[in-house]
Amino acid sequence: MDKVKITIDGQEVEVAKGTNLIEAARAVGINIPHFCYHEGLSPDGNCRMCLVEVEKIPKPVIGCRTGATDGMVVRTNTGAVAKMRRSVMEFLLVNHPLDCPTCDQAGECKLQDYYMQYDRVPVRFKETKVHKNKMVDLGRGVMLDEERCVCCTRCVRFCREIAKKEELYVQQRGNHAMVSAFPGKPLTNHYAGCIADVCPVGAMTSKDFRYKKRVWFLSKTDSICPGCSRGCNITIEHEDKTVYRLKPRKNLDVNKYWMCDFGRYDYVFLNVNRRLKPARQESHSPVDCSYEDASGFLRASLSGLSFSEIAFIASAKESNENITAFADCAKDVFHADDVYYSKNDSLEPEADDILITADKNPNMAHVKKLGLKPVSAISAAVKVVLVQRDLCTADIKHLKDRGITIAALYATSHTIADHLSKTIFPIPTYAEQTGSFTNGDLRVQAFFKAFPPRGEARPVQEYLKDLHSLTVKLKRAG
Amino acid sequence: MTLVLTNRFNTKDSHTLKVFEESGGYLSIEKIFKMKPEEVTEEVKKSNIRGRGGAGFPAGVKWGFIPKGTGKPVYLAVNSDESEPGTFKDRHLLEKDPHQLIEGIIICSYAIGCHQAYIYIRGEFDLPYRRIQAAVDEAYANKILGKNIFGKGYDLDVVVHRGAGAYICGEETALLESIEGKRGNPRIKPPFPAVVGLFGCPTIINNVETISALPFIINKGADAYKKWGTEKSTGTKLFSVSGHVNKPGVYEVPMGYPLKDFLKNECGGISGTGTLKAVIVGGSSVPVMTAAEAYSVNLDYESLAEKGTMLGSGGMIVMDDSVDMLWALTNLAHFYAHESCGQCTPCREGTGWIGKILERFLREGGTQQDLDLLNELCDSMQGKTICVLADALAMPVQSFIKKFPEDFKRHFKKAAKSAA
Repeated sequence: MDKVKITIDGQEVEVAKGTNLIEAARAVGINIPHFCYHEGLSPDGNCRMCLVEVEKIPKPVIGCRTGATDGMVVRTNTGAVAKMRRSVMEFLLVNHPLDCPTCDQAGECKLQDYYMQYDRVPVRFKETKVHKNKMVDLGRGVMLDEERCVCCTRCVRFCREIAKKEELYVQQRGNHAMVSAFPGKPLTNHYAGCIADVCPVGAMTSKDFRYKKRVWFLSKTDSICPGCSRGCNITIEHEDKTVYRLKPRKNLDVNKYWMCDFGRYDYVFLNVNRRLKPARQESHSPVDCSYEDASGFLRASLSGLSFSEIAFIASAKESNENITAFADCAKDVFHADDVYYSKNDSLEPEADDILITADKNPNMAHVKKLGLKPVSAISAAVKVVLVQRDLCTADIKHLKDRGITIAALYATSHTIADHLSKTIFPIPTYAEQTGSFTNGDLRVQAFFKAFPPRGEARPVQEYLKDLHSLTVKLKRAG
Repeated sequence: MTLVLTNRFNTKDSHTLKVFEESGGYLSIEKIFKMKPEEVTEEVKKSNIRGRGGAGFPAGVKWGFIPKGTGKPVYLAVNSDESEPGTFKDRHLLEKDPHQLIEGIIICSYAIGCHQAYIYIRGEFDLPYRRIQAAVDEAYANKILGKNIFGKGYDLDVVVHRGAGAYICGEETALLESIEGKRGNPRIKPPFPAVVGLFGCPTIINNVETISALPFIINKGADAYKKWGTEKSTGTKLFSVSGHVNKPGVYEVPMGYPLKDFLKNECGGISGTGTLKAVIVGGSSVPVMTAAEAYSVNLDYESLAEKGTMLGSGGMIVMDDSVDMLWALTNLAHFYAHESCGQCTPCREGTGWIGKILERFLREGGTQQDLDLLNELCDSMQGKTICVLADALAMPVQSFIKKFPEDFKRHFKKAAKSAA
């Protein structure tokens, strides 16, 4: 591609020909403010916040729709530009309700940020504001406050271009203009959560997150969505070991700027229904107990068995490190010929040509790489199994039919396998540890520990180390 | 006097094909099909007819912007979305001489290589719509439109497309969006419609009056056309006059005609109090002129530009000295606030804000700060938006305040009045 040299505020920068001025300026660390422009969407040029001056062009031009040409001299720091930004901010706030104290966007609102950066003048508007609806449920967890809308149409373009469903439009004219869904037709696209993300102001908010937390209390940790084999890059936003929301994180090779709703709202298991303590089976129901107790119980149930009677079932939902550790333990310590795996065999949500894949496991690629075998292929000699994470219904049925006992279950949550397991040990979720997943395209992606494990959860590696001492006895017995 | 556009206006049933053909209609067709398309464009260029929609861009030059050899169809869109306050000239052309427009469409289409033309007509127009639709139907029935028109081996279809009632759809790119079935939001230019227009194809958009003048230019020649007008503003222009004149209506006069004579001769003098106060000469969006300016100006592009205003669409609003200019401006501002498409921030919020300030000013009085704010808001709107609707309000606001300050000061609050 042709490269051109342009000068922005005296700094020379080389960019591909036609690169818009917002991106070109970003390359040299100059921020051109904007509302309607979004890297992942087609530029629209309606907010007029990105107006800059270009030498030899008499009128100011919009940064988002002006392509760099060789020798272009751009100025973003002149008095005229500052004045234009101030006036656009003033215009935007004319009919804005200024209800920041009750607005969920507060703290991550472009109106707030830009007001502080570029405006900071008192209100001159003395007339009556235009009033609109404050609470419109657009469907799929998106709430619209029409008064806060700045008509940037990012949401409209998102639905059209990314979610590929024409579900939002602008209705009315002039200062009565507002974004709306078509009458009687709520949102149906599976990416609607992103609408709240792309909204630069508090017009589109997530019903799920509304009124839960002020955003400035939230810590952010880079992570990877475990919902399917796409491996969307996400950010976990959390406080005090509680996850409040997941947001997509930019990765142009994987998910660009987006994530699906299924992944986005699948954070609840990190917070509730968690297995926090070890447990052992007592009269057909698991009872919480100390680790020593559970560990002793496990030893007892394994004693007297030979290696070939014990099998390991790893989980395609776990990290590369955890699967490898589990498989290594099986092979090196328990001398297993084969290690097995369980997976999420759900067919929902249906795969699409946007992000959602058919494989609902974040790490089948690693399972395949290690050559693990499905539970249905379990060896005839096996009497007990040690299970990582959980089992799908089909696998449970298979074990039941074969009369195989689950000696230990290393679980993050309470699951249907609990009642069938002799002992259960709590392990951390992906939010509570650092690791990596290998996605469907064999891309290894790291995720990071957002907070320490809840309850008594310990990494599976530690449990396996303790098992090592047991095998010495098994060997002696064998 | 035989003029260009209005020769049949006073003939009975002038909108019918019969009367049109009896009075020399469709004669240019024979002529153009003996010419090459480039020769037709050249003749129009030579006539130097400038776009009559308001911007005044030379029509022939515009046609020349159509890129050659793209393999894409070329479209013609005739802008009949006449909705500016004070402008009602196209309405008369559509009502009284629709076939003249169709003849012009054939000429233009042949010149630019278009086989599909659209007449985008304002939604509120009823009789003009019925007349132009009837004329198009009549033309189809007589093989004037459709396949192989006049047996000349040229195909041309014309669709009359009704708008849904939006001033902004008269902006050429919003018009294209509207024909495409979308919301009438103006597009960012460049690319200009001559390169990327309707359905992404090269498109020429011309005003009804421009197209209607083409049969004359072809029949009588560019030189005959240039006999009227000044050197740079050739031909004749329709003016639709309303307000305080004894004979409001649509008049065709040569370019360069003195406004003073126009008001006296054509319009029958000032009515109401009989004393002229102000004239908006080119449709509500051009800067207003005082009586002194109006009496010393000629009706052509250059002369009006010298007075800081524009010929625009030729929608003339005449006001006598009983008119409160604040009231008049408030009325105008309300129109623009209502008609802003709402796309660009400065226009969406600015037009409404200006309207509200003026309303308050009129209702309960204002201050010098209000006037300063109005001026500043206009500066913040002008040249900062995708189309010129924001400018179309900013220009009257600034010119009204500048030229008729007394009418605003009269409405100052008592405290402000004594301070002033």
